[in-house]
Amino acid sequence: MAMRDDTMHEIRWHGRGGQGAVTAAKILADAAFGSGWRGVTSAPSFGAERRGAPVTASTRLAAEEIRVLSQVTEPDVVVVLDESLLDVGKATAGIKPGGVIIVNTTRPAAELGLAGDFRVVAADVTGAALEAGVVVAGTPLVNTAILGSVAAATGLVTIESVAAAIEHVFSAKLAEKNVAAARLAFECTSR
Amino acid sequence: MSHAKTRVMTGNEAAAHAARLARVQVVAAYPITPQSPVVETLSEWVESGELPAEFVTVESEHSALTVCITASTVGARTFTATSANGLAYMTEQVWWAAGARLPIVMGIANRAMAAPWSVLNDQQDSMSVRDAGWVQLYCRNNQEILDTLVQAYRIAESLYVPVMVCYDGFLLSHTMMPVELPDPDTVDAFLPPYHPLTVVDPDDPRNIGPVTLADPRPDAEGVARNGYMEFRALHHRALLGALETIERVDAEYGAATGRTWGGLLWEHRLDDADVVLIAAGSLGTQLTVAADELRDEGMNVGVLGIRSYRPFPAVAARDALDGRSLALVFDKALSYGHEGPICSDIRSALQSRTGAPVVYGAICGLGGRDVSPADLADATRRAVADRAAGIVDREPDWINLHLEEDAR
Repeated sequence: MAMRDDTMHEIRWHGRGGQGAVTAAKILADAAFGSGWRGVTSAPSFGAERRGAPVTASTRLAAEEIRVLSQVTEPDVVVVLDESLLDVGKATAGIKPGGVIIVNTTRPAAELGLAGDFRVVAADVTGAALEAGVVVAGTPLVNTAILGSVAAATGLVTIESVAAAIEHVFSAKLAEKNVAAARLAFECTSR
Repeated sequence: MSHAKTRVMTGNEAAAHAARLARVQVVAAYPITPQSPVVETLSEWVESGELPAEFVTVESEHSALTVCITASTVGARTFTATSANGLAYMTEQVWWAAGARLPIVMGIANRAMAAPWSVLNDQQDSMSVRDAGWVQLYCRNNQEILDTLVQAYRIAESLYVPVMVCYDGFLLSHTMMPVELPDPDTVDAFLPPYHPLTVVDPDDPRNIGPVTLADPRPDAEGVARNGYMEFRALHHRALLGALETIERVDAEYGAATGRTWGGLLWEHRLDDADVVLIAAGSLGTQLTVAADELRDEGMNVGVLGIRSYRPFPAVAARDALDGRSLALVFDKALSYGHEGPICSDIRSALQSRTGAPVVYGAICGLGGRDVSPADLADATRRAVADRAAGIVDREPDWINLHLEEDAR
């Protein structure tokens, strides 16, 4: 299911303030650079953010330097960290025909009520984070784990480059758990 | 070059790395979005010892630049950064730093001016102090931010003028992209330590009076000294001299690192272009995408990017535009009651020169209004149609404006 070619790939992230969507977008950019993409960018949705409020972020990948800096409005890939955003976050808006939406959920893809000219990938990313022990103050953090699902579902980056990019961000002890979570999510996500 | 390494980082991180590589000795800054991560990063490096510099915390931007002025006066290499209302608040000292001929370098993460409040990008903040006597350089990506800030110290210290390195807030300041970090030895060879012409030294006390009169007058020793107007003429001459210095420093940086940025102006597919799109900063980067799209449609479109806005490279711009049909200038700022500032300067550079293109203005991206390459291509198609219709004077095209005429 590799999507990799020489055109630009645009990924939009949907999370809630505090879930780490912006960090995930950054780590993916680093992982993509490590996977051989020469053009990578990642950006938060510009403006003020509040804990718990819907936020978006974006990552772009291309074989050459990226010269587009405006907002991503027609993503190839949408990543949803929090299933509740499917109702309020306009997660499917603008997805390119043939694109993919990756949702952190325990429900099967067919039950998410998402219809359109795109593939729906459901993955229990929260389960992966819990299993790997990526839990802070009783709350599982899914932003690193879901990078494994992105690697699996899109083929845009390798799981090894995701692991290396996570190691760039965290101390050795924390990186180990986060990498484990990403690997678990990678295994449980359909290709 | 051998130890250069590439990392994915934000524009603010690139700015902080540049200050570290320049071995700045004094950093003073006050936080403001979207600049804050620059000085947060620098303060961490000072704390960890990675950057052996003095970090002075202050209660305002006015004081931040004042600390840089005093530190520079005693011979230190200084750095600060700000945005929007922070820059406005330090405006008195912006003039002082320039008039005192201090080689301070300041990063500007460009942000819209309040009111109404906006933390998002346009270029009104730095454009509003274009006349203060600083060099102003605009960057189109994060690599250029790093490289230009390092170059800025060479420019500043060879001419004794301060330099603002301007980069678009959020669009660059908070967007990550690959940046090659030059080897510290390469930067050290390019940028030797600062040895000022004159230093205020407590061990060598002197009376320095910054007060001038209308005419030249003798000092306490009877030596004739300049009046205000002579100081200003020399300052202006230094800024005009920067036209040559900016080009030379960029070329020498290229010899050291393999990267140059066009000196005063940069161009994209300009050779045979009939229509020239003009902008400063990351908008220029997006214009290259629009130009490529229009080229695919068979239109002869190229881009002329403004890297040095002050000094303004009027002659170089005139030569680059000679014989073209249309120059379309995109401003992310406005001189209220007139037009976009870059548009005015391009018109002034061309004057009534025979063979000069018709100049149209466009206003876009104010307060972070999104503008895509497709929007820029559409604006170009509209301008080309107007030009074909023989229109010479045209009101600026406000891109993506959704004005409800009855809105309050």
